[in-house]
Amino acid sequence: MEVIIENLPLYWEGLLRTLFLSVVSGIIALVLGTLLAAARVSPVAALRGFSTVYVEILRNTPLTIAFFFAVVVLPRLGVTFQQFEVAAIIALSAYTAAFIAEAVRSGVNSVPLGQAEAARSIGMNFGQVLNLIILPQALRTVIPPLINILIALVKNSSVAGAFFVLELFGYGRQLANANGDQVMAVLLGVAFFYLLLTIPLGILASTVERKVAIAR
Amino acid sequence: MTTHVPGDALVSLNGVNKHYGQLHVLKDINLHVRKGEVVVVIGPSGSGKSTLCRAINRLETIEGGTISIDGKVLPEEGKELAQLRADVGMVFQSFNLFAHKTILENVTLGPIKVKGVAKAQADKEAMALLERVGVGHQAPKLPAQLSGGQQQRVAIARALAMKPKVMLFDEPTSALDPEMINEVLDVMIQLAKEGMTMVVVTHEMGFARKAADRVVFMADGQIVEDAKPEEFFTNPKSDRAKDFLSKLLTH
Repeated sequence: MEVIIENLPLYWEGLLRTLFLSVVSGIIALVLGTLLAAARVSPVAALRGFSTVYVEILRNTPLTIAFFFAVVVLPRLGVTFQQFEVAAIIALSAYTAAFIAEAVRSGVNSVPLGQAEAARSIGMNFGQVLNLIILPQALRTVIPPLINILIALVKNSSVAGAFFVLELFGYGRQLANANGDQVMAVLLGVAFFYLLLTIPLGILASTVERKVAIAR
Repeated sequence: MTTHVPGDALVSLNGVNKHYGQLHVLKDINLHVRKGEVVVVIGPSGSGKSTLCRAINRLETIEGGTISIDGKVLPEEGKELAQLRADVGMVFQSFNLFAHKTILENVTLGPIKVKGVAKAQADKEAMALLERVGVGHQAPKLPAQLSGGQQQRVAIARALAMKPKVMLFDEPTSALDPEMINEVLDVMIQLAKEGMTMVVVTHEMGFARKAADRVVFMADGQIVEDAKPEEFFTNPKSDRAKDFLSKLLTH
């Protein structure tokens, strides 16, 4: 166990980097996912088509492929990064957005159709109907699946460790290599620090869920 | 059947057709509603009367014919359609108040967001409307805290807040408990007296007798009769209408 105590600063550094990757990718994915969901329910057929294709491709292929594209293929197409973190954030947010889009879409579908009809009948346009009437009501049903996706994102960020990004899992691997006799302890430490991030997310979920509850 | 000239009509339906798959729900509908006129649409369920009402603000699309409001043909989609809808008030069977907004916000949302009315002004007008329909003291509550009759009166206030040229009512009392029907009908009768142009789909024959200028009887997607209320109720011309009325009166 002393390997954990001795390397606490390293674990802490890894935790912060994982947190950074997750928060930045999470925010981008939430915005992108909501836009994709809006496109999916929009009256414009081309937007619906684009959103469907995007979601189906990204959520049905492994995250590693997304990373491979961001780290290896994008630079060959002329998109280069100073840091591998940027590529990791692109891969994580592009991948996670597909799942968020589906969660938001299911939430949108959970709002009774009459709400949108009433909003349209007082002259609201598509954007107003969505932003003022549908999404605020969809929020309640969307919170639990959304938190699930964000928890998965925190854990998925460990894939970045395999693509030259040092985060919690990456540091863990370094430690395991350096302390071959204490691999179990090192990995238990890694797991503990992931829990430190994901458990509060779950608690946050139930708090927010209660706050946004709407009586029907 | 219709006696007046379509030219002075506020709502005009010309040769409107619609199918639901195999079912021909609207068959070549021609209907013209003048300014200030109250037209009550009655008929057996499945006759297409709700579809007709919803088609007037394009909540239902149509396949043939034209619908125009105040001389303007209903646009397909987009900004112009939204603008036109703002001029057409709609009251639904299931109220459809915005569940996450207070009663006051339900009424002010349209004026503020669609018409750009200042909040203070919108609040003032909304309160006046809520008082008028008798639910002023409920303003800070959420829709779920109100009875069905109260919710429907709020829905009427919400539609009126947009200062519409015409009001559409799609079976406004059908989802209400019997003791709440009158409080909603009273508001509607008052509205009719004040000269609002109204198209009302309903099963309330009492309302039709009291407030309607014309009764339109629909069956199987067609307008079968179009007459003054007293004429329709005392002397229906078609067998379909006679049959429908006899079923109502025997209970």
